This record gives sequence, structure tokens and C-alpha cells, in this order.
Amino acid sequence: MSVFPVNDTSLWKPARILNRRIELAVKLIFGLFALVSVATTIGIIATLIFETFEFFREVSIINFLTDSKWTPLFSSAQFGIFVLVSATVMLSGIAISVALPLGLLSAICLSEYASPKVRSILKPLLEVLAGIPSVVFGYFALLLVTPFLQSIIPELEGFNALSAGVVLGISITPLVASLSEDAISAVPQSLRDGAYALGATKRETIISVVLPAALSGIVSSVILAVSRAIGETMIVTLAAGQNPRLGLNPFVPVMAMTAFIVQASLGDTPAGSLAYRTIYAVGMSLFVLTLILNIFSFWFVRRFREKYE
Amino acid sequence: MANLTSDPSRSPLGGNDKGLFDSQLNKRYRIDSVFSAAAWAAVVVLVLVLAVLIGDVLVDGAARLSWDFITSFPSRKPEQAGLLSALVGTIWVMVIVAVVSFPLGVGAGIYLEEFAEDSWFARAIEININNLAGVPSIIYGLLGLQVFVRWLGPITGGRSILSGALTLALLILPVVIVATRESLRAVPDSLRQAGFALGATRWQVVCNQVFPLALPGILTGTILALSRAIGETAPLITIGALTFISFLPEDLQSPFTVLPIQIFNWVSRPQEAFHTNSAAGIIVLLGVLLLR
Repeated sequence: MSVFPVNDTSLWKPARILNRRIELAVKLIFGLFALVSVATTIGIIATLIFETFEFFREVSIINFLTDSKWTPLFSSAQFGIFVLVSATVMLSGIAISVALPLGLLSAICLSEYASPKVRSILKPLLEVLAGIPSVVFGYFALLLVTPFLQSIIPELEGFNALSAGVVLGISITPLVASLSEDAISAVPQSLRDGAYALGATKRETIISVVLPAALSGIVSSVILAVSRAIGETMIVTLAAGQNPRLGLNPFVPVMAMTAFIVQASLGDTPAGSLAYRTIYAVGMSLFVLTLILNIFSFWFVRRFREKYE
Repeated sequence: MANLTSDPSRSPLGGNDKGLFDSQLNKRYRIDSVFSAAAWAAVVVLVLVLAVLIGDVLVDGAARLSWDFITSFPSRKPEQAGLLSALVGTIWVMVIVAVVSFPLGVGAGIYLEEFAEDSWFARAIEININNLAGVPSIIYGLLGLQVFVRWLGPITGGRSILSGALTLALLILPVVIVATRESLRAVPDSLRQAGFALGATRWQVVCNQVFPLALPGILTGTILALSRAIGETAPLITIGALTFISFLPEDLQSPFTVLPIQIFNWVSRPQEAFHTNSAAGIIVLLGVLLLR
């Protein structure tokens, strides 16, 4: 008698057919879930294109790009998108000029100068800063930063681009800091050791060896941060005001693209009306802007990343 | 030629009178200290900003926190205004977001990581998800407005909790998918190989071996995504969550408001007292966030 009796139907048999069916079902269902993300992208693009198309049937694209006022809800409506774009660009410019030095220097401090114990306290603090909702930052900008800045710069108005931009910068600094820190940590120690062996000081090593090696990661973090700043809504709505104004003066209220969408959504916009379509046209411009930035950042990393093995 | 001969102090390397290369170490170390001071200063500034922000909110709003505040409805008078509808709205929305996004996100993540071959199709989906993670949240609001409020209006009830929750679920879906994939990737391959060697199907291996090990990481990522969704204001404003609600939502199809929108509403009012309210609201919001 062999140890493994065969053809005895009381023995355990693997349920092959059932398992194969389960396998197929699972693959199908989960595959469908994955397709939801594709559906989302298609949905976003289709919605934006469709409504923007309808928008451009009523408003000529030349007017959209060249009008110097943004008054879509007035009877003599004007639709100069660059009014909103100039505000968004200025706010992001102020934001990145705050976030880049703060973020990059913090990243350098965290990865090069701080001891592991200090790092274990500081990193969670940075995460907390990153997790604060933007409404809270908006509150901060309007009720704390603006009065503070007004005491330094008396002609600063209650709603202005400067405090919104500064707080916007603070809100994206954790992004710059953590991505830059990843890039700096990825630089192999052998490069630093080589620089030290040649007699470089720590600062010289960082500036001339480490930062250029980590450059692609740092630049991509900055680009991603700018794209975040462009799409940020609550800080600019609360602190920069609702006054569409072409120009780059940071001391007066301005209206960013996202702030317009909020203002229009809070008002009365029946579906199919021009106001409704205007929201989508602005949304489309916003989407295109952030898409270009994100694609550029991916391309930049792929092209310039140094591979260390 | 003439430089390198007799007079060392005039050589291009800046020699001193002993004829040696002057490495200017003192000057370089001084610049070093300036640089490291700047780096530390940046960190200190960030910590200070965080402290000032939290401190100010606490100082301003703590006095206003009371059981009354949490359990009354908003009103035109700041002293009587409360958070109840916003708090309840947030809870409703969060529950639905979790219920929708967890299976969708984890399922999609499992598919992409374990079942999909390395085809152009899988790669396209991966690029797609990375792009979606970078789209501003207000655009998701526009999508939600068109699809959930207008198209699927009859099912979702228009500007309702369901529409808002579905929009937020779409917003955090890429985050959940990425977190799932990272956790799955962290499980060593040898486990899977062992399962296959014993004759298990792919799903059996995933379900019985890989998934239980990856679950803590997946849960952490999901909770992080949910806490991001709690604080989102813009998409919900766009789909029409109202800012002045003085009743509790009755079912999935009711209009609603959430905590961040209530705070936004109060901060926008010019009266001082409302600002105090909003500070207290922020404390509640941060408290809810810290619970995770």
C-alpha cells in the first residue's frame, strides 16, 4: 500500500475550478476599480472641455485673452483672464520666494546639520505643519499676518496679496522641505567624503557638491510646490480679497483664479448660464496651468536626475 | 613666468611670505558659521510660525469652547452660534468617504501592484494616478458639480451629502492607491514565491499572506488621506454645500455643511465675535484631526 492513496474520493482535493473562477472575478472587479481613476481623469477633462467650448461660443477667445478687466457678472461683461492670472502668478511668486529659502535651508539643516534626536523631533513638526487645513492658514493670514504687516507697512490694505502670499508660502514650505530633504539624503556619502578629503569645509561641500547632485529633486519639489500654490483656494480667498485687478501690486486686494471660482459658486449660478460656464473656463485655465507644471517637473527629473549606484 | 618666481605673495595662489599656499581657513570657517546659522534659523522660523499659529488659535478661541458651542446651530448672533450642523455634517461625509474610498482605493492598488502585467495599460494608469494627485482640489469640485450634482442629480439628490462625499472620495482616491501600493511593495517577495510554490493562486496568496502584512501601512495611509479630506473646503463649496445650515441632515440626499466651510463662513464675517467663533471652530477641527 503506498503512503498516498490515489483515486480515493474521501481525500482533500484542491478546488481548482472554483479558485480559478474566484481569481478571474477578483481580477475583473479590482481592475474595474483601477479604471475608476481613468474615468476620473476622463471626466475632468471632458467636463472642462465641454463647458469651456460652450463658453467660447458666447465669448470670443480673443476677448478672453486680451481684455483688461474681469467683470463677468456685470451687464457689460468683460472676460480678461489675465487679470486673474496676474493675481495668481503674483501670489505664487511671493509664496515661492518665501518657501524656497525656508524650505531648502530647513532641508539642508535637517539632513546635514541636525543630530538624529533633533531630527526625530523636527520631522513630525514639519508633518504637523503640512497637515494643517488651508482654512486655518486663511484665518491666520487674515487675522494675524495682515494686522502685523500693517503695523510695518501702513498703506497695506485689509485684503492684500502680500500676507496671502506669505502665508501661502508657509503652507507649501513643508512640501519643498521634505522633497528636497529626500533628494539631499539620496546623494551618496562618498561624494561628500571625496570633497572633505580634498579639504573642503562642510558649507563648501554642501553648496558645491551636494546641492548640484540633488538639484533635479530640489527643482522638481519647487515646481510641485508652485503648482500647489497656484491651485490653493482658501488662503487666497480669505486673505487676498475679491477685487479683480490687473497688475502686480502686492499691497492691494486682488482676485486669484481659484478665488473667483469660490465667489461664483457661492452666488447664484444656474446650470447652462454664462456665469456657470465662466467657472469652467477659469477652471480649465487652472487645470492647464497645473498640468503643464506637473508634466514639466516629471520631465525635468527624468532628464536631469543623476543615477547613483 | 614672472609671477611664479621671486615674490610668493604675488603668485596666483595668493602665497604668504613663507611661500606657502594660503588656504584662508579662517575666512572660510566664518562663512561656514553664517551658513549653518541661516540653516538653523530657517528651521527655527518654521517652528516659531507653527507655535504662533496654534498658540493664537488657542488663546483666541479656547474661551468660546463649551458644550453649548458644540451643540447649537449657527445663528446671526455670534454668541448663540454653534457648530452642531457643521460637526454632524462632517461626520456624515467622512463616514461615506471612508466607506467608498477604502474598497475602491485598496482594490485598485491591489490590482495595479499584484495582478497587472507590466503592460502599457498598467503604466498608463500609473501615470494617470500621479497626475490626478497633482490636480488642485477645486477642480475635483467642478467635476463633482457637473457629474454628481447635475448628471446624477436624481440619484444623489443634487447638492447633497452623497455628492459631496463622492467628490471627496475621488479626491483622495489617488492617495489611497499610492499608499496601498507602497505597503504592498514593502512585503518581501519571498512570501509570494513560497505561496506560489505551494500551489496557491495569486488571489489566495494576496488575500492570505500579503494583505494581512500590508494592512497596517494601508490603514495608516488611508487615515492620512481621510484627515486631508476632513479639512477640504474648496471642492465642497463648489458643489454647493451651503454655508448657513440650521438643521441636521436627515438622509444622504440632504443639503449640508461641514466644519471647514463653517469656519470659512465665520472668518469672512466682519464682526469680531465671529472671529472668536471661528477660532474655537478651528480648535475643534484640529482636535478632530489630532484624534488620528
